[in-house]
Amino acid sequence: MYKKILLAYDGSEHSKRAAENAIKIAKCNSESKVEIVYVVDSNKAKHDVLNNWNTMSLEEKRKELLTGVTKIATDEGVEYTIQILQGEAGPSIIKYANDNDVDLLIIGSRGLDGIQGFVLGSVSHKVAKRANCPVMIVK
Amino acid sequence: MNEVNYKQSWFGNIRGDILAGIVVALALIPEAIAFSIIAGLDPMVGLYASFVMAVVIAFVGGRPGMISAATGAMALVIVTLVADHGLQYLLAATILTGIFQILFGVFKLARYMKFIPRSVMVGFVNALAILIFMSQLEYFIGHRPMIYALVALTLLVIYIFPYISKAVPSTLVAIIIVTALAVVMNIQAWTVGDMGTIPRTLPEFLIPAVPFNLETLMIILPYSVALAVVGLIESLLTASIVDDMTNSDSEKNVESRGQGIANIAVGLFGGMASCAMIGQSVINVKSGGRGRLSAFVAGAFLMFLIVVLGDIVVLIPMAVLAGVMIMVSVSTFDWNSLRTLHLVPKTDATVMLVTVITVVVTHNLAIGVFAGILLSGIFFAAKISDVKVDSKIEGSKKVYKIKGQLFFASVTDLLKKFEYQDDVKEVEINLARAHIWDDSAVVAIDKIVHKFKENGIEAHVTGLNEESSELVEKLANRLGGH
Repeated sequence: MYKKILLAYDGSEHSKRAAENAIKIAKCNSESKVEIVYVVDSNKAKHDVLNNWNTMSLEEKRKELLTGVTKIATDEGVEYTIQILQGEAGPSIIKYANDNDVDLLIIGSRGLDGIQGFVLGSVSHKVAKRANCPVMIVK
Repeated sequence: MNEVNYKQSWFGNIRGDILAGIVVALALIPEAIAFSIIAGLDPMVGLYASFVMAVVIAFVGGRPGMISAATGAMALVIVTLVADHGLQYLLAATILTGIFQILFGVFKLARYMKFIPRSVMVGFVNALAILIFMSQLEYFIGHRPMIYALVALTLLVIYIFPYISKAVPSTLVAIIIVTALAVVMNIQAWTVGDMGTIPRTLPEFLIPAVPFNLETLMIILPYSVALAVVGLIESLLTASIVDDMTNSDSEKNVESRGQGIANIAVGLFGGMASCAMIGQSVINVKSGGRGRLSAFVAGAFLMFLIVVLGDIVVLIPMAVLAGVMIMVSVSTFDWNSLRTLHLVPKTDATVMLVTVITVVVTHNLAIGVFAGILLSGIFFAAKISDVKVDSKIEGSKKVYKIKGQLFFASVTDLLKKFEYQDDVKEVEINLARAHIWDDSAVVAIDKIVHKFKENGIEAHVTGLNEESSELVEKLANRLGGH
């Protein structure tokens, strides 16, 4: 039933639980595929670059972050792709989901940025409101 | 192939680049003016610099989508030069800065930027933010309550307006609203016009009117070195940020050379030394700018605006500009570094704070960076120069086991860790877990052996690793005979 499953992932605890659920659902159908979407927040680019100044590649560090999910997916025999987007987390995920006819979107209830989620209304809330597909928010 | 790529970097994103360039031009005006005033110059010097810099770097830069113009970091370095020697010496210093930056790029030194410790980079950014903030205080501290109100209103509009629309830079909206209010209500306040003239003409080519002799060189040299360092640090940091935001790579050496070429052009057209701007580049990328065209449009449109709107720009109250600059300093500061200050190693935190304090005291970012690098070097040396010596008696001889890195900084204490008056016939100095790095270490070991001998004790050195014994052999010939 859900062939194209979008998993919004940022390495946080909630997103890891979202990943477990995405893989569980994908296993129900051999045609299911998980698209792991990771958003590089342009508002945090300055801090990320400064923080990783002496490490050679920021990109590798991000890939490392994704190995948690990709390892489970491989172990469970679930097909996946990785999509790294640039921009603000909420709008980028929504746009990607709507442009790519996703069947199901899975996202953690709270991401890495606790304070922003509190002040501006969290990313998951925005996504649930504006995405055109079913959205599963994992607590 | 390169030809195609270069063309692509100009015209691959025409619509996005033009729109973003216009947004950046609008956001550049207040900053270019404010940074000129910080440096003690006419607003026009910063505006010309921003125009020439942005246009030239569009052609010769290595990071498409990055915006370079007159910056606070560079303005702060030149304050004393302008005050003591005037504009012409600044123009000469700007050209010399360009030459240094070209050499930096030609010799491909950009990768060494990564060796500047992270805590020094954070300190650089934070110090810059603090200095920009401090430079604005004189425009409202101690003035009438009305002036405070103008600053507050400007900040309010800047931070609230993005919730209404993100299409127009909120700083521009704030400037228009508050300036209009000040004019309509006839509030008598310092304006940009009081700080200097805005002649509404294009910059002219001219050779700086300074005597070409050694004396001039000695005046401008220290400033040019500082400007080249500060400009490259901020430019290459910004380039990495743009790389990250656009998920693409850039050529840092080409960018360094390009910064140099552009600065030479800036100096010849009457502008102050410039470099890449973090804030403006972020605005550009967020507004959809990706290619060289965005920087070109930003510069050209900025000049167009000044020629057309010069008479209106002079009406902007300094208090409004101060509000904009406070926003700039708040967004420049790396607030996360404060939140994590108690988490990072104490030495890192110290390096960051020392960098910041040095800059705030000297008003020179370059000196702060050098102080920070020096201090982290000392901390590093202290960390690895911790040498452990264990000793025990094995039959008739005493064995000293040495563990650690032996080099100039670590051997001074080493001599005291042996007991030369011991009642033994033989001593073994085991270096199996030590590494000899330089002649100081060889000399020190030599000295220890010698000292034992003076006291009638036979000392042997054992367990040298391959690299160390090679060095000892090499040096033995040269250092022997003492």
